[in-house]
Amino acid sequence: MTERGSGASVVVALRDEHDIALARREVAKACDRLKAGALRKVRFITAVSEIVRNAVDHGGGGQIEIDVDQANKMITVRCTDTGPGIPDMDLAMKDGYSSARSMGKGLGGAKRLVDRFRIENRPEGGIEIWMSSRL
Amino acid sequence: MPNSRFAEIFKIVTADRAELLSDWLETQKAAGVRRPDLFSDAELTAQLGQFLDGLTAALADASEEPGGDLRDEEWAPLRDALLDILRERSERGAGLAELMRFVQTLSNPLAARLTEEVADRPELLSGELLKINRLLNTCATYAGTHLLDERDEIIERQRDEMRELSTPVVQLWERVLTIPLIGTLDSARAQEVMENLLNAIVEHRAEVVIIDITGVRVVDTQVGQHLLRTASAVRLMGGEAIISGISPKIAQTMVELGVDVGEVTTRPTIRSALAEAFRKVGFQIVRGEASQRG
Repeated sequence: MTERGSGASVVVALRDEHDIALARREVAKACDRLKAGALRKVRFITAVSEIVRNAVDHGGGGQIEIDVDQANKMITVRCTDTGPGIPDMDLAMKDGYSSARSMGKGLGGAKRLVDRFRIENRPEGGIEIWMSSRL
Repeated sequence: MPNSRFAEIFKIVTADRAELLSDWLETQKAAGVRRPDLFSDAELTAQLGQFLDGLTAALADASEEPGGDLRDEEWAPLRDALLDILRERSERGAGLAELMRFVQTLSNPLAARLTEEVADRPELLSGELLKINRLLNTCATYAGTHLLDERDEIIERQRDEMRELSTPVVQLWERVLTIPLIGTLDSARAQEVMENLLNAIVEHRAEVVIIDITGVRVVDTQVGQHLLRTASAVRLMGGEAIISGISPKIAQTMVELGVDVGEVTTRPTIRSALAEAFRKVGFQIVRGEASQRG
């Protein structure tokens, strides 16, 4: 389900595989609103795909908020999950480290695909990832 | 004779069926539940009558109030009538809220009759009214749940059908197969692709398989991993996989992500992949004489 949050932000709840696809579509729409170039769009959507999959597969689900700043051609997303959080953040960001049977390049890869990336454990539990790019 | 538990309600439902029907119809009109665009008055009256008949038959036998799913045998006549009406109404496009209110509008005419019926025994009124409301609410909830379940089933079935449709393995030439992937490659679909592909390799004795991802918009680490796993499974079967249709922007993104295709052969287009496949299985494409002259 998507809904309009306060201002122009779009919120997508993340529960399963279908929500990952939905989140990607919403981000694609936001990129189109900013008339993003094809490469920058693919890069940003791929990064979003990584972090929302992380939230669904390892974070017990959560949500993603998508904001666009027309004036600066900036897109910002904030993804929160409800999982146990990440005990060792440096390790989690390292390529090849995985708590599951995957490549372990998701978070590090996402970080490389966007302009700005911030990840932290939330005091109330789960993690919050914040990313933005100028498109 | 009806069990004493529903004796009063049975009495008012059966006292004057025709008048109750017309009162109910009026209530529906007033409540805006009637859909003259979908049903004529005659059809609607028939549906109301069917519900009343089911209700009457169930009340005649029922000893207990129905459970939420109306599953008890003694409520079967009401359940069957309700299911028939639901089918008819939802086929014509009536919405969920409408279907629930269709039932609930019976509450007013019944309450009015009951008040008259037990005027000399006012202590019965609230208890009997509650029974009516519980009964109608159970029916409305049942209708809602039933419809949602049905829609979930349809969605699930269509999803399955799409999943199958979207992973067609095509034989391009002797010993050469291709599977064009379109849209998203989630884990379930990746599994489907892998199975179809491996079976087709056996069936067609294929040696080269072209996995074309021109139609895949996003290749993240998971999609990358699915592709590489599929390629290694193909290799285990004695075949070789070529991944084609990697656009420049996907290629750059994959590099940044750190997805390493290793020894898997890749080609930018399905055309160059086909040329490579022919080379591997020992075919040559030669320009015909006619076009040489032309």
